Amino acid sequence: MADIDNLVENLRREISICEDQLKSLKAQLAATESRKPPTKNGELPHSPESAPESADSKVSQWPLLSEEYERYGRQLIMPEVGLKGQLHLKGSSILIIGIGGLGCPAVAYLAGAGVGTIGLCDGDYVERSNLHRQILHNTYKIGISKVDSAIDYLKALNPNVTYCTDTPASRYLISDTCVLLGKPLVSASALQTNGQLNVFNFPARPVGDLTGGPCYRCMFPKPPPPESVLTCGEGGILGPVVGVMGVLQALEAIKLIASGNIHCRLTDQGYSDGERVSDDSQAPQGLIFSAYSSTPFRSFKMRRRRGNCAACSSHAIITRESLRSGSMDYAQFCGAISPISALSTDERVSAEEYAAIERSKGVNLSRNKSSGYGHILIDTRDKVQFELCSLKDSINVPYAEISASDASPHGVEELEEQEEHEKEADWLQMIRKMPSDAPIYVVCRLGNDSQLAVRKLKELGLDESGTRQIRDIKGGLKAWRDKVDHNFPNY
Amino acid sequence: MAEAEKSEAQDVITLKVEFTGGLEMLFSNIKEHKLSLPAKDEQDKATTVNYLVDYLCKKVMKDRRKELFVQDGTVRPGILVLINDADWELEGEGSYELQPEDNILFVSTLHGG
Repeated sequence: MADIDNLVENLRREISICEDQLKSLKAQLAATESRKPPTKNGELPHSPESAPESADSKVSQWPLLSEEYERYGRQLIMPEVGLKGQLHLKGSSILIIGIGGLGCPAVAYLAGAGVGTIGLCDGDYVERSNLHRQILHNTYKIGISKVDSAIDYLKALNPNVTYCTDTPASRYLISDTCVLLGKPLVSASALQTNGQLNVFNFPARPVGDLTGGPCYRCMFPKPPPPESVLTCGEGGILGPVVGVMGVLQALEAIKLIASGNIHCRLTDQGYSDGERVSDDSQAPQGLIFSAYSSTPFRSFKMRRRRGNCAACSSHAIITRESLRSGSMDYAQFCGAISPISALSTDERVSAEEYAAIERSKGVNLSRNKSSGYGHILIDTRDKVQFELCSLKDSINVPYAEISASDASPHGVEELEEQEEHEKEADWLQMIRKMPSDAPIYVVCRLGNDSQLAVRKLKELGLDESGTRQIRDIKGGLKAWRDKVDHNFPNY
Repeated sequence: MAEAEKSEAQDVITLKVEFTGGLEMLFSNIKEHKLSLPAKDEQDKATTVNYLVDYLCKKVMKDRRKELFVQDGTVRPGILVLINDADWELEGEGSYELQPEDNILFVSTLHGG
């Protein structure tokens, strides 16, 4: 009796493996065909890697290819994975959205671990400033699409995996899609020295089931104001910080898949996902990473699903139909910072115009204020950026300091604080000591903060009731580099 | 006299308040603040997280861009509040009554990647 049971189980396993292999081969075929001109009927384009396998058409007695035992050997002997876990990985498919600082390490480890099918999604092209952290791309890939660059790398890393591609989207869209498809979402983000990691929608129970895992919208029903959102290009990012987050994402995905608990498939009887977990001790955990903190890794208890969540509650307004029809405008929902144009044309000069002014009159140094000629050039970037490179004789006053200065008298309730604020900021005192007829020019990295700074300087009365010119340099140091000095560093 | 001091000490709650994810920028770049708050507010009710947020705005935050921390009378969207390492939603959000030695962490969500 036990023998028959064993035999049945073995046969089932073999069938499931063959089905997975077939699925993988079909996907490879489709991917290859879509890239090449159609071949003659009957000629299957097969990759050399799969050739030895298909040559041996007899059903192997082993569930994995001999190459795979060797490739995955070190993880196969771990109880967390084992043969069963490896087969789960092989039969699974993962969509990686964004092949940047997180996606690169994440997908490398997932492909390496043997996730059978990997979708890649990114609309960007490789840039030199990506290379310190986006470890799949390299100097020779600059200018080509990140998807193509990644596939190149991954094919060499693990040819057994199928790679597919798609187009880009945003965090809310991704979360909503996962909720509607009943898929868990392993989400991470990183900026400067910080990272965050959450597994959303796990368990991936149906919309309206409050025992399912919270989705991104449960945690953040309202998007942050766009002006509070910093990108890596603006705020900076340390490579290993985003790397560690990407690797942790891969780890969470492997944990989910190898455990076998991920299968929350919609059946006739509704969703099934093994044991139902609903007690609080098992509340999903989020992770906050802060590289320079005394406690760099901190996990926290995530909230439950939100009763009125727009995506995953019984009051959901986001449906497959609304997604498909495009009636949900995610860009509008999150808002966007429109290019700033706070100034009139006579309050601005182009980089070329400024270059001419600089040549003819020169810049006033604060020490050399007695000259009475020339002008004052204020650079509003952060100190670190200013020290990286700056225009000759420019004075650094970070925009944060300018915007924090208040011209209007304080309210009564702030009387206490007023004393310490009464003294004007150091930078303001310094400017006031310089010749009051010297025009002020303001420059920043891209020409946004500089406009707001001009506004603020006028509010602070530095325009001497309109008798002194205060103007910004259009397009900032980027325009200076593009139009005037090509050797100015491009960081 | 000693007794008076003692009762005064009981009227004060000490907290560890932390900022991360870039929010520390609004608080003089200091990530960890040890604060002492009155145990009761003006209406003689127990001090809550809402009280703390208001206190931070008025007494701790030097930066004038308050809208980067609070909007519409509460912490702005995109800031996660953790009370002793749990999402504040699990603890009653702003109406959570502060306990001595509580750890309140404000995290700005990140979008880079």
